[in-house]
Amino acid sequence: MAQHQVNYLKDGGLPVALTTIDKVVNWGRSNSIWALTYGLACCGIEMMASGASRYDFDRFGTIFRASPRQAELMVVAGTLTKKHAEFIRRLYDQMTEPKWVISMGSCANTGGMFNTYATVQGVDRVIPVDLYLPGCAPRPETLQYGVMLLQQKIRRESASRAQKPKRLM
Amino acid sequence: MRAYTPKDDVQKKPYYTDRYWVAPQVAKSDVSEDAVFAADLEAIKAKFEVLDAYIQVKQMVVVINARDNFGVIELMKNELEYNQLSELSAIDWLASEGKFEIFYQMLSMSKRKRIRVKCKIDEKESIQSLSSLFRSADWSEREMYDMFGVVINNHPFMKRILMPDDWEGFPLRKTYPLQGDEFAQWYEVDKIFGKEAREIIGPENRDPARVDRYDTERFARLGHEVPRGTDISQGEPDTPLVYQEEDGVFLIQKFDAEKSVVISDRDR
Repeated sequence: MAQHQVNYLKDGGLPVALTTIDKVVNWGRSNSIWALTYGLACCGIEMMASGASRYDFDRFGTIFRASPRQAELMVVAGTLTKKHAEFIRRLYDQMTEPKWVISMGSCANTGGMFNTYATVQGVDRVIPVDLYLPGCAPRPETLQYGVMLLQQKIRRESASRAQKPKRLM
Repeated sequence: MRAYTPKDDVQKKPYYTDRYWVAPQVAKSDVSEDAVFAADLEAIKAKFEVLDAYIQVKQMVVVINARDNFGVIELMKNELEYNQLSELSAIDWLASEGKFEIFYQMLSMSKRKRIRVKCKIDEKESIQSLSSLFRSADWSEREMYDMFGVVINNHPFMKRILMPDDWEGFPLRKTYPLQGDEFAQWYEVDKIFGKEAREIIGPENRDPARVDRYDTERFARLGHEVPRGTDISQGEPDTPLVYQEEDGVFLIQKFDAEKSVVISDRDR
């Protein structure tokens, strides 16, 4: 008779972890959010600072990609002009599912101080937005927090959800 | 009985107007005060009709006929040593005179003098391009066309420079509303989704101060975040600021300051 009991499910028992597919997939997704390099205005500078060594986005697995086909997060960092609106939509459509959008800063959220004929009054008129970051411009800490909130959102979702198209806006 | 005036938009109007305010005028002096300018003006007058000429803020202003614009600038460039066209644009006087004022700001590096050449054209009138004399006129004239709708003759690439090619209207005209006409307000929706999507997307919110506390489609309250579209008219839950879920994340360990070791001897 065994003198001790091995609890296989406990840490340090055997190198076995029981979990669900959802959790594994979402763990992967939420920790490798590749973002599209999309600095449109001064918020882009803060986004670059977030990616650089001091704030270091790489430790979240967030790596800026120059191609929408390799990206799953679009950080709209800056003022979106009406002339550019069709291109943001085209880039968004080129990103592969699943994809998320962070609207960074006042201009991207609502048009900000540019209450004029040439500025889109909020990027959510063109593409669906998951997260709005307030600020003009938001500090890198805000963007970091935003990415962490997005990670939480991704982990809450079902990994195998149907790839239905998102709402228009 | 006093005539009724609607009071609902009273905040949008200036509540005080000074009837006795006179716009300050920059003092004008005679051209004969400056020998260099006087000689230049004589050279221009010898070949072209000059409607008006004076000195303002140490610069000579010469008003000419619009049909002479190429000749005058060519003369100034080739014979009077005004070798730089530093600025060129239009001013909208359509409301008061029905005309555009076109100005050309010239600089002479050798004489260290500046001359502003002005002329007036009608709304539908076009004007000769200067881009064969000065390369800087190329983009400036395109911008003038883009913003005011002044058509340029003999321009090598007459096309809008800032606004999209399919834009309607000329934004710097005084009659153009700052927040755009109907075409501008629906431009991106019409172009991307088509006109039938206007109803789904809705008009632009042009009031930057608008806050609706109970509208969870558009507004979130920090510390009280709820999913989009939740009804919070009966109160909303407190949501403490968390960076990770309470019960931890799969394969990710939280940093525990208690268990960490502070290395004190740096030489180790």
